[in-house]
Amino acid sequence: MSDRLAVRKTYKLYVNGAFPRSESGRSYEVVDHKGHFLANAAWASRKDARDAVVAARGAFGTWSAMTAYNRGQVLYRVAEVMEGRHVQFCEEVAAGEGLSSSKARAAVDAAIDRWVWYAGWTDKLAAVLGGANPVAGPYFDFSMPEATGVVAVLAPQQSSLLGLVSVLAPVLAGGNTAVVVTSKERPLPAVTLGEVLATSDVPGGVVNLLTGDSVELGPWLAEHADVDGIDLTGAPTGRAMEFEREAAGTIKRVVRPPAAEPDWTADPGLSRMTPFLETKTVWHPIGV
Amino acid sequence: MPPVDDGRMTHVLDPDALSDDGRLNALPLAPYSDVTRSDASFRAFLHGLPGVDQVGAESRVAMLGTRSIKTTSKAWAIDTAISMVDLTTLEGSDTPGKVRSLAAKARRPDPGDPTTPQVAAVCVYGDLAGIAREALGDSGIHVAAVATAFPSGRAARAIKLADVKDAVANGADEIDMVIDRGAFLAGRYLDVYDEIVAVKEACGTAHLKVILETGELVTLDNVRRASWLAMLAGGDFIKTSTGKISPAATLPVCLVMLEAVRDFRAATGTQIGVKPAGGIRTTKDAMKHLVLVNETAGPDWLSPDWFRFGASSLLNDLLLQRQKLRTGHYSGPDYVTVD
Amino acid sequence: MSSSLFEYAPAPESRSIVDIAPSYGLFIDGEFVDGTGESFKTVNPATEEVLTEVSSGSEADVDRAVAAARRAFTRVWGPMRPADRGKYLFRIARILQERAREFAVLESLDNGKPIRESRDVDIPLAAAHFFYHAGWADKLDFAGLGPDPRPLGVAGQVIPWNFPMLMLAWKVAPALATGNTVVLKPAETTPLTALLFAEVCQQADLPPGVVNIVTGAGDTGRAVVEHGDVDKVAFTGSTEVGRSIARAVAGTRKSLTLELGGKAANIVFDDAPIDQAVEGIVQGIFFNQGHVCCAGSRLLVQENVHDEVIASLQRRIGTLRVGDPLDKNTDIGAINSAEQLARIKELSDYGEAEGANRWQPACELPDRGYWFPPTVFTDVSPAHRIAREEVFGPVLSVLTFRTPDEAVAKANNTTFGLSAGIWTEKGSRILKIANQLRAGVVWANTFNKFDPTSPFGGYKQSGYGREGGRHGLTGYLKGAIHS
Repeated sequence: MSDRLAVRKTYKLYVNGAFPRSESGRSYEVVDHKGHFLANAAWASRKDARDAVVAARGAFGTWSAMTAYNRGQVLYRVAEVMEGRHVQFCEEVAAGEGLSSSKARAAVDAAIDRWVWYAGWTDKLAAVLGGANPVAGPYFDFSMPEATGVVAVLAPQQSSLLGLVSVLAPVLAGGNTAVVVTSKERPLPAVTLGEVLATSDVPGGVVNLLTGDSVELGPWLAEHADVDGIDLTGAPTGRAMEFEREAAGTIKRVVRPPAAEPDWTADPGLSRMTPFLETKTVWHPIGV
Repeated sequence: MPPVDDGRMTHVLDPDALSDDGRLNALPLAPYSDVTRSDASFRAFLHGLPGVDQVGAESRVAMLGTRSIKTTSKAWAIDTAISMVDLTTLEGSDTPGKVRSLAAKARRPDPGDPTTPQVAAVCVYGDLAGIAREALGDSGIHVAAVATAFPSGRAARAIKLADVKDAVANGADEIDMVIDRGAFLAGRYLDVYDEIVAVKEACGTAHLKVILETGELVTLDNVRRASWLAMLAGGDFIKTSTGKISPAATLPVCLVMLEAVRDFRAATGTQIGVKPAGGIRTTKDAMKHLVLVNETAGPDWLSPDWFRFGASSLLNDLLLQRQKLRTGHYSGPDYVTVD
Repeated sequence: MSSSLFEYAPAPESRSIVDIAPSYGLFIDGEFVDGTGESFKTVNPATEEVLTEVSSGSEADVDRAVAAARRAFTRVWGPMRPADRGKYLFRIARILQERAREFAVLESLDNGKPIRESRDVDIPLAAAHFFYHAGWADKLDFAGLGPDPRPLGVAGQVIPWNFPMLMLAWKVAPALATGNTVVLKPAETTPLTALLFAEVCQQADLPPGVVNIVTGAGDTGRAVVEHGDVDKVAFTGSTEVGRSIARAVAGTRKSLTLELGGKAANIVFDDAPIDQAVEGIVQGIFFNQGHVCCAGSRLLVQENVHDEVIASLQRRIGTLRVGDPLDKNTDIGAINSAEQLARIKELSDYGEAEGANRWQPACELPDRGYWFPPTVFTDVSPAHRIAREEVFGPVLSVLTFRTPDEAVAKANNTTFGLSAGIWTEKGSRILKIANQLRAGVVWANTFNKFDPTSPFGGYKQSGYGREGGRHGLTGYLKGAIHS
């Protein structure tokens, strides 16, 4: 057992490719499942959320214009770097969720494999969700999926890495950019994920991670006129309907939360990608 | 197994492919004087030029960007590029001192190496052309002045012409004018044409470069149309940009302009020059342009009489690369001068 | 330098990155083993230098390889979690990217194609094929190919010499992604990148027997195709050999896909963007020295722009650079073999004899190696042999048409049906003509573009089945909708 004093990590927000503290200067205590101090996490304010939306909007043009192949390669690279951080993730997940080391390892493995699953979707969505439509006239008519835009994600409160990946990766695979409010009590794996994203060729602003409270940030994101979609999975108990009503004001695409925290290991299928994909149908006459 | 060196292992199939040997002049010369008889006929002519497929043009440019210029060809290319530079300062804050400093650099780009070629011209605002002329003396370097309400081109015809005459009177022997993009985009092609003709007349013996401001024209189809318009109107050079907006010169734009001058010479026998300006900062950029010229319009354009670079910081990068070829090691900013 | 094209100094890509052994065995069951057949030499077609010796797989060797593939399929690859198969393929894709320069240089040495093409097209596309198919491995249920797609088993794959590594990727990636194992026979004149690929499989820790590489010539290929324990045969090559393979699998349980020859029409209308069309014509027939099944070997140009297009084309051809495939500025490399060169010369001489006008730029060619200059035949009629037979070399036959219907009729007037090109600024015309062309791949205002997501394959005697995209998966799955 060494006498060496560890250099402890600081946990900040990840916005626009950088790691700022909250503009409010606030932070809050993160404790492990036994109540012991783990770290002070930045406590994101509505202005941080506002800045994150600006960043996500700014990055959308670039991210959605990349070829699907390119996006797939970037997302695969994220998985490679996550794999390199396996030990750190296991420690954070175990401490935050109170899991045994083998359960934590299983969760981290599943999170990385989930990320690989979504990386392989980017260049297949158009073939699976699009196609030529045989209209009854001399027109070439085809439909293709397109990214919706900036998506706000209220990450699950319990599953701090696998759950987070399960709601974030599908948004990105479709070409959207994201503003994520992490689990309030278990935010640390999200910050480490931010570090992974920052070192994986993901352009700044494509993903923005706000550690803090969805009670506070949820309404601002739900009403924000420059947010195109919102995933309410991690909404505070009893508040989801209210957020959905707020989102209705700008006709946002809404994913409702499940009744209880789901089994995140289950096969997600297309269900978390399609809500944030638009379908564009184009007609062109056929004739000499 | 040791590689077999054949000694003459890669070369162009026909070195004379692009020279003016009358091959394409076998086609009848078009009666172009007729197309400007009315707005409608000019529009029909310009709109009838072949379109440009943007993706095709970009991929041609990308392929030519892979040409690897080494050793002797690189040395020649660097010296040629230096001799093609129109060393430019076009700032509101320009003073006589700044212009003199630039002129000194134009005459002797690398004080440490007198074998370095001079640049082609110094390019300044018309009111400072006299300073440049005096500072350049009998070096043979041209004085190019921007005129016609550069960069926007938004002023009355009389003012633009007075701008030109003033620059010429100050000693400019080259005028870089801007076309009226508003008129072009509104389809008043004959107005744009007439203005160029008037400016050419006001130039007297000065040679005229016509700036298309391709960043505002946006499409490559427009670049082709504007190029033909400017050539028919009597410009000596067609130039991409003012350098004051982005995008400035891009390689696909330059490709289309080089195709235009090539086709114009084949159709009329008249050779027109090309000047990309703005955004060309590195030797690599310059090399790509020379390759583009070489393989599009051809080697007849590979001289300062027919091709120029409108640039300022490019010169120092060319000098650094020249030094590297001479010394064998990478150079640094202390070995070139600020201008 | 005033009127001759500025000649670039030599810019050779270094060979030192490649380490060619004096001889190679076969890659069976995860390791290199000696073959029981004779060895044969493989040469660099640009210089005729011998590169190395490779084994010729005998029937016994093929039998061993198929047995290894069967064992691997039954015990390891078949039962494996699909996501894990995907992970192996992702590893392979990444290693190909890491070793990209090595593969590109080796490909140019063995095949004769310019380094610019192997570096910028062949190898990146090969890696992309593996990357794309890696992602399908655990998503087959979503591919719209039926409720429970299952692999066929062991695939015997025979590939040609024109795009050795790319053809390997087109065959191996989908086969593995869908859960099959493979025995692959690379072309006789271009085995080296396949043998290097075997090393990549080892570096990726791919389970032994999933990929087996058996080098050899026609007899080895026949042994693979005819082996009783092969479930699926995939062949790319000449229509002549394709016929014999189709005969050989008749009455058996084997699935078959064939990608054969072509004589594609590249149709240029009078409103085409001329400079890009000329570029497209050049790309269409001179890319890879014309050794492309989908080459635009017939130019169908609208008669009213014929002279202008041909003049531009000849001018453009003059600026092509021929020579050392390892020189980064080379556009046109060597013909792959003496046999192929002889065939090209024979058909070209015939073209002149039957009355077409031959044009070639006056150019010097190296004395050693196999070289043929880009050649254009004008005044070609549909009845000429050079309008009907695949030359598989840098030879373009030019025909004219007056109306769109005539263009389509002439374009379709062939037993082949692999690809076609359409050049026009008019969108509706593109779509109408594309609908009418009997060709599996139609390029509009571009040519010779390939992508792992885009299905490729022919109509008529250019073969059947598709490679790439969702459709390309069907050839390797049971109970799937066959295209």
